[in-house]
Amino acid sequence: MKHHPRKQPGTLLLAATLALLLNTTAFAAPRDELLAGYAAAAKTADPAFAGFSATRGEAFHRQSFAGGKADTPACTSCHARDPRTSGQTPAGKAIDPVALSASPGRYADPAKVEKWFKRNCNEVLGRQCTAQEKGDWLSFMISQ
Amino acid sequence: MKPMQPMNAITLPYRPIALGLLAIAFSALVFQRAQAGGSHYFPPVGDPVVKEECGSCHLAFPPSMLPASSWKRMMGELTNHFGDDASVDPATARHITNYLVSNAGDTGGQRYSDKLLRGTSTSKAPLRITELDRWVKEHREVPAWEWQHKEVRSKANCLACHAGAERGYYDD
Ligand code: HEC
Ligand code: HEC
Ligand code: HEC
Repeated sequence: MKHHPRKQPGTLLLAATLALLLNTTAFAAPRDELLAGYAAAAKTADPAFAGFSATRGEAFHRQSFAGGKADTPACTSCHARDPRTSGQTPAGKAIDPVALSASPGRYADPAKVEKWFKRNCNEVLGRQCTAQEKGDWLSFMISQ
Repeated sequence: MKPMQPMNAITLPYRPIALGLLAIAFSALVFQRAQAGGSHYFPPVGDPVVKEECGSCHLAFPPSMLPASSWKRMMGELTNHFGDDASVDPATARHITNYLVSNAGDTGGQRYSDKLLRGTSTSKAPLRITELDRWVKEHREVPAWEWQHKEVRSKANCLACHAGAERGYYDD
């Protein structure tokens, strides 16, 4: 039989705190890198680029576009208008809030972020989002 | 009746109890019919990768609800998945295909799919569960307004009517 050593509550608390701290730093780094990558690309596309704007990101989030699918003209067709609340897909599945404050685990996996930008921008705008649009949108979500 | 049967030893007024049980059973029956009936169990997707990749836009449908040929066909055309781009990288696609095909309704998941796939030709590789003869038949009494309800939106939104769908139950 396996012996399970009993952990002291204090040890557990310490372990939990450490895990939390490590997590926060491990999550912050990929988000910063992601934004830095978009900033570099935005600068290449437009030398006058002067940083991302959460305000522009908010407007983009709520804007209706004509280029994509008729039943999903805006990001808010699936994500909630207030990003701190849940959204819903056309097939009825609930989507967790996209505001970082409400879903702290988000935007930590750059491949996942890119995968969904690719799908959703195509769905809504009928084209890929520019680096500036992605950075603005992310800045808005991180500020929320 | 054998004299030694334990039931006979019970001195409690079991008749009212039996009647009560009957009443409960009856209302459960009525309740079930009013909602979604039956007792079919379709094991939910257990693989975390499949759950993540096939369960974001809709419920991760149980692999036993379609034959292996359907899953192979669907996995071969993910860039145009019912009008959506559901594509994944090749290694992930192989992993998902493997899982779906080995747990499909005519392979590993056969004993669950029995009724649902009856009358379905595997060579046709149907892509929609909601177009299987049996599925259509089970849902023919659902009125049109219910499908259009804003909480339902789509036939593929099983969870709107089957609260236990994520656990594999389609009987409530
Ligand atoms: C057709 C529905 C739909 C539309 C429209 C939509 N999204 Fe999404 N989005 C989803 C789903 C589903 C997910 C994945 C589920 C999840 O992450 O909770 C997602 C996830 C994302 C993610 C990844 C989040 C993460 O945690 O990494 C980003 C980024 C995103 N969407 C951006 C956008 C932007 C920008 C728009 C508008 C241009 C948009 N979405 C419009 C359905 C949609
Ligand atoms: C609008 C509500 C609604 C939606 C959406 C819905 N169902 Fe149903 N479903 C029902 C009702 C009602 C019944 C029961 C019909 C009866 O009892 O005569 C049923 C019956 C069933 C049965 C038969 C149960 C049995 O054991 O007899 C299965 C299996 C089933 N549904 C699967 C699904 C799946 C899979 C989906 C999604 C792809 C789905 N349903 C979507 C309402 C719905
Ligand atoms: C980007 C969003 C998205 C992703 C990711 C996705 N699907 Fe779908 N899927 C859809 C849409 C949209 C429909 C059509 C739903 C409708 O009719 O309302 C659909 C329908 C289906 C149906 C048919 C439902 C029916 O009507 O019976 C099956 C089965 C299915 N998907 C399986 C999968 C599998 C397996 C995966 C993973 C490889 C997957 N889906 C990933 C969007 C997605």
